[in-house]
Amino acid sequence: MINTATVANIQPATRDATLSVTREQGLELWRQMVLIRRFEERAEQAYTEGKIGGFMHLYIGEEAIAVGALAGLNPDDDVVTHYRDHGYALARDLAPNALMAELYGKATGVCKGKGGSMHFADPRKHFWGGYAIVGGHIPLAVGLAFAAQYQNQPRVAVAIFGDGATNIGMFHESLNMAKVWNVPLIILVENNQYGMGTAVQRASAVPDMITKALAYNIPAIQVDGNDVLAMREVMLNAAQNARRGEGPQFIEAHTYRWRGHSMGDPQRYRSKDEVEKMKTRDPIARFENRLLEYARATQDDFARGRAEVERVAAEAIEFAETSPFPDPAELYTDVFAPEVTNG
Amino acid sequence: MAIKTFLESIRDTMHDEMARDERVFVLGEDVGVTGGVFRATEGLYEKFGADRAIDTPLAELSIIGIAIGAAAVGMRPIAEIQFADFIHPAFDQIVNEAAKMRYRSNAGWECPLVIRTPYGGGVHGGLYHSQSIEAFFCHSPGLYVVAPSTPRDAKGLLLSAIRNPDPVLFLEHKKLYRSIKGEVPDGEYTIPLGRADVKRAGSDITAIAYGAMLHETLNAAEQLAREGIEVEVVDLRTLFPLDRETILTSVRKTSKVCIIHEDTKTMGLGAEVAAIISEEAFGDLDAPIRRVTGPDLPGIPFNETGEHAFLPNAEKIATALRELARY
Ligand SMILES: Cc1ncc(C[n+]2csc(CCOP(=O)(O)OP(=O)(O)O)c2C)c(N)n1
Ligand SMILES: [Mg+2]
Repeated sequence: MINTATVANIQPATRDATLSVTREQGLELWRQMVLIRRFEERAEQAYTEGKIGGFMHLYIGEEAIAVGALAGLNPDDDVVTHYRDHGYALARDLAPNALMAELYGKATGVCKGKGGSMHFADPRKHFWGGYAIVGGHIPLAVGLAFAAQYQNQPRVAVAIFGDGATNIGMFHESLNMAKVWNVPLIILVENNQYGMGTAVQRASAVPDMITKALAYNIPAIQVDGNDVLAMREVMLNAAQNARRGEGPQFIEAHTYRWRGHSMGDPQRYRSKDEVEKMKTRDPIARFENRLLEYARATQDDFARGRAEVERVAAEAIEFAETSPFPDPAELYTDVFAPEVTNG
Repeated sequence: MAIKTFLESIRDTMHDEMARDERVFVLGEDVGVTGGVFRATEGLYEKFGADRAIDTPLAELSIIGIAIGAAAVGMRPIAEIQFADFIHPAFDQIVNEAAKMRYRSNAGWECPLVIRTPYGGGVHGGLYHSQSIEAFFCHSPGLYVVAPSTPRDAKGLLLSAIRNPDPVLFLEHKKLYRSIKGEVPDGEYTIPLGRADVKRAGSDITAIAYGAMLHETLNAAEQLAREGIEVEVVDLRTLFPLDRETILTSVRKTSKVCIIHEDTKTMGLGAEVAAIISEEAFGDLDAPIRRVTGPDLPGIPFNETGEHAFLPNAEKIATALRELARY
C-alpha cells in the first residue's frame, strides 16, 4: 500500500485546451519534431542501403518527448540520455550534418565517428548524450546534479531512459541517493511499453513507473508523451522545483515506439494491429491539429516547414556521404590527457 | 554429420541438452519469445515453454545471482548476457559468489552454472558492443572460461560446460555466429574443458589463438604455407585453466611462438601464455615471443577505419609470422 502522503505527489498531466506557447514557439516545436522524423527516415533508408552499419535505435513516434522536454530546460542544463538519442541531440540543436556523419562513422561526425548512433555527445552543449550500458548513465546524472548543487550553480541534470531501465539496480540506488542528498536531478522515463521485446508487465513488478519514484519519496508525474506541450509544461515545472532546491523530480512520459527496438528487430512480441492502432496517436499530426485550431497556423506553414526540413535532411545525407572516414591514426587519440604529471 | 553454423551448433546443443535433462533451463533478456537478439535460443520457448526459456527483466546482476542460487541446489541454469559488454554489473556475483562457492563451503555446495555471452568486434558494434572481456574473468580462479572457435568445438564444449559441476563463462565470438560453418558430428559428444587443440600441424612456428582470431590465424598460416613456412596453429579453446601441455609440446617442436588475440595487449591472455612458455620452455626458444593483439585502447571505435585498424587480421598476423620465421 502506498501511503496517502506520497499519493498526493501524483499529479495529473496538464491538459490545456489552448496553447501555452506563442504561434512562433509552437511552429518551432513542430519543426523540431518533423526534423527528427525526417532525419531518422533518411537514416533508416541509408541503413537499409548498407551505408550505415552497427546498431541503430529509432525514435520515430516518440518525438514529442525529446522536443517538449528540452523546450522546458535551459541550454546549460545537463542532458544525459540512453542510446535512443537522435531526437534529443536534434532537439538540443546539435548540427544535423555532424549527427548524420556520425551515423556513417565519418571523421566529420559529432564524435569523429568513434561512437555512431548510440553515443552522440557534445560537451559544449551540455549534451552528454547517448549511453549504451542501460542504467549506467543514471548515477552519472546524479553526480552532475550533485556537483551543480555543491558549486551553487542553477543547473539541473536530466537522466533520460526507458521503462526497461527502471528494472536495473543502478536506477534504484540513484533514486535513493538523489533523494537523500536532495540534488537537482530530473528523471525522465519514456514508457514506450516495451524494453526491447519484453512488455512492461512482463518485466516490472509495477505497471506505473511513478510507483518506483514514490518508493523513494520523489515527486512524480505521469504525462502524455505524445503531447509536446504537456511535455514542455511538466518539464518546466520539474526544472523549476529542482532549481528551487526541492530535490529530484520524476516524470513518466507515455509513448509508443513505432519501429522495432533497433534495426532488424522481427517484432514477434507485438501485433501489426497494435502498432497501427498506436500510430493514430501520432504526436506530429496531433500537434498540427492544435496549431491549426489555436494558433492560426495554415497548411502553407506546414508545407514551407516540411520543405525546409527536407532540405536539411537531404543536406545531412549529402554531407555524411561525401565526408571522409577518419584517419586510422585517430584510433590512438584521446586515451589520456596529453601531458600527465604523476605526483 | 551435419554442416552447421556456429550459431546453429550452440542453439541445437541447448535444445538437445534441455530435452535430455530437465534441470537445464535458460534465462536472460529476450531469450524466450524473441529467441535472443542473435537468435541463439530460438525455438526453446516454443518447445520447452516460458518456465524453461525465461525472459528476465533488464538486470544482469540478478540474472547471474539468481542463476547461482538455483545452481547451488541442483538446477543447471544457462544464463545469457546479451552482450559481454553488459556483464560488468554481475562481476561481483560471478567473482565473489559463483567462483568461490565450492571453495568457501569446502565442497559442501557447488555451482553448475553456465554463463553464455557474445563478445568481440568486427560487426561495427562500436564502443559498447564489441569488447573482449576474457582477461577480467581469467583472473578469477574457481571459474572456467571457455571460448570455442568452430561449430564442432562449440557443441562439445557447451555440453561439457552444462554438465560441469563448476561455473563456466562460455564466450561466443559474435562474428563467428553466421560467418563460420562446419561439420558437427551427430549425437552426443563432449570435449573436456581445459584442453587446447592443434588445428593445424606445422614445424616452423607455433601460433596460439582462440575465438575469431583462430580463423584469421589459420588464414595467415595458409598464406605462409605457400611461402614454404609451416605454422602450427594451437586453438586454446579453454582460456582458464590453460592447457600448458599442448602449448609446451608445440613450442618444443617449433621453437618460435606468436600469440594472437583480439583483446587489448597489456595483461591479456597472451601475457600469461608467454609467461608459461618462458618459465617452462625458455631453453627451447629460438626467438623472442611475439604477440599480435588489439592495442591498449579503451574501446573499439564504431567507424570502419578505426575498427579495422584496431582488430588483428590475417594480414597483420602473417606479417608477424614472416618476421618471426626470418629471425
Ligand atoms: C546493461 C545492459 N543490459 C542490456 C542491454 C541491452 N538492451 C539495450 S536497450 C534494452 C531495452 C531497454 O528498454 P527501455 O529501457 O524500455 O528503453 P527503450 O529501448 O524502450 O527506449 C536492452 C535490453 C544494454 N544495452 N545494457
Ligand atoms: Mg521501453
